[in-house]
Amino acid sequence: MSATDVTPAPAPSDPDAPRPPTREPGRLRRSFDRHWYAWAMVLPTVVVLGALVLAPLVQGIYQSFTDLNESNQRDTICTKTLGGGTECKPNPDKAKFVGLKNYTDVLSGERGRFWLQFENTIVWTIACVFFHFTIGLGLAILLNRRFRGRSLYRVLLIVPWAVPAFVSAFSWKFLFNPKFGLINSMLEHVGLNGVEWFNHRWTAMFAAVVTNVWLGVPFMMVALLGGLQSINQDLYEAASIDGASPWQQFRNITLPGLRPVSSTVILLGTIWTFNMFPIIYFVTGGQPAGQTEILVTGAFRAAFEGVRNYSLAATYGVLILSLLMVYASFYRRALRKQGEVF
Amino acid sequence: MAISTIPGNEVVADLTSDRPPKQRRERSVLASVLLHGTLLVAVLIALFPVIWVLLSSLKPAYAIQSTHIELFNHPSLDNYRHVLFDTSFPRWFLNSVVVAAFTMLIGISMSATAGYALSRFNFPGKRGLMWVFLLTQMFPVAILIVPIYTIMAKLNLIDTKASLVIAYCTVAVPFCAWMMRGYFDTIPRELDEAASLDGLGPFGTFWRVILPLARPGLAVTAFYTFLTAWGEVAYAIAFLQTDKNLTLGAGLQQFVPRYNPQWDLLTAGAVLITIPAGVVFFFAQRHLVGGLTAGGTKG
Repeated sequence: MSATDVTPAPAPSDPDAPRPPTREPGRLRRSFDRHWYAWAMVLPTVVVLGALVLAPLVQGIYQSFTDLNESNQRDTICTKTLGGGTECKPNPDKAKFVGLKNYTDVLSGERGRFWLQFENTIVWTIACVFFHFTIGLGLAILLNRRFRGRSLYRVLLIVPWAVPAFVSAFSWKFLFNPKFGLINSMLEHVGLNGVEWFNHRWTAMFAAVVTNVWLGVPFMMVALLGGLQSINQDLYEAASIDGASPWQQFRNITLPGLRPVSSTVILLGTIWTFNMFPIIYFVTGGQPAGQTEILVTGAFRAAFEGVRNYSLAATYGVLILSLLMVYASFYRRALRKQGEVF
Repeated sequence: MAISTIPGNEVVADLTSDRPPKQRRERSVLASVLLHGTLLVAVLIALFPVIWVLLSSLKPAYAIQSTHIELFNHPSLDNYRHVLFDTSFPRWFLNSVVVAAFTMLIGISMSATAGYALSRFNFPGKRGLMWVFLLTQMFPVAILIVPIYTIMAKLNLIDTKASLVIAYCTVAVPFCAWMMRGYFDTIPRELDEAASLDGLGPFGTFWRVILPLARPGLAVTAFYTFLTAWGEVAYAIAFLQTDKNLTLGAGLQQFVPRYNPQWDLLTAGAVLITIPAGVVFFFAQRHLVGGLTAGGTKG
């Protein structure tokens, strides 16, 4: 995809947007004549994005430099006066600019538990994406063979994808229930002890990862299957004539042939998992005592539970977005070094 | 088979005939057993949570909370009756339908022309716009939810369906544009040229030639947008407050508070939520991955 090769540039959908100075007069005019319909076509999207994404984004970044919370969010305080009117005065305790205080507080661990949640997020993302990819690839390779009933297998294997994520989360919470859940019942059935899944940080995280792997594998499988089928089969024929073992064929034909698809799905999968809200929120709920919270759910709880601390949540948001952007740019650079067009 | 078209479509083409392009040599019996065995185990793992919830939803409440494993115990539809007639579930269901439908309509109508322009024309700002689309997919819910919440609070829109539709459009609009660009790319450009020879302008070509041809892609994009809105929870929990305004994502958790969870209601509700989503999904899934990855696999 060539379009993402460029450094981020503002989208000048607006023909009046400032452009680099031109030597010949009338170039803007001619450019407008040639491109006005393309610009007109993207205009609705750009307006929506500007109003719904860009404006809140700017506001969110601004909020991360203030001490905005539930109690100081009003600009004015209105009181009812005798006679039914209302009188409004500027709020003396209005949220104010505090500079980088939120960032230093969060990163030094003074407020919130950023580093614990960061660690959880990294473990969570790596574990989920690793199992998504390996299991998805394994199943895709099996389904890429020719045998009776493989379309049926494929349909059955993508069932988890069809279930809304929050429903899956509740279903697995039900299965992992320490008292009567199917998983503990089965463990006890074979003579093992049931596990109090949500009383320990890593068993709770395990339950969440299992849930997310279960629901994320089908996407990887279908995407990689598409990639496998686009590999030229003659390559395998030629390789087996040359005496290449199945492993060598996999290393030297399958993996490189899958590169365009796999690099995209790993990038997307990492971002989606990083931001995966419902699974952690519903399956572990941060149990025990907030130890399995990831960054996204941590930010959400800061903003909407207890005393609502909007500025803290906004700071989290900015930090998460920065992390993801750093990751995405490193990822693309690594791919480009390997000669990958992405 | 070129990856530069939609890989998902190729998959479907091959699978429906059960015949990959190349003949492979015959497998040994052992390999066949291993292949089917592995796939059967995978299918079992994929299905058992769904089936278990379905079976549990048919049991009476006391049997759901028993450690004894049994598939059936006085199967009846009592839990469903309870959910549908004694709780606000139908109301939440309706709210979800309305929110998802409006998100879908706005998402599609705001982005269809943009998808076409991105597919056909080279114009200044195109690359930047594509980059922005990709970037919005990267946005954590955490960065927009607070500012959108404060804006909605100022507009007095908290606890309304409109606030949710607006919030969902932040993801739906760029997503739809991205997906539809992929579909428009699969429609031959010769059609555009023929239309322009016949005297149609770019808007006429789009409206009268390309859009009708892109109807399947449009439908799939629409359905997927619908499903995303159907399954969203973070905004729903943050924005909605009163019981009758909740959507399913925010409402379902009411069945299982920390103390005294009612798993009988939850399992029945889960099944009722999944059925429409599943039907829509299986209609849409065939073309879905192709659309998602087509953008990335293009050189």
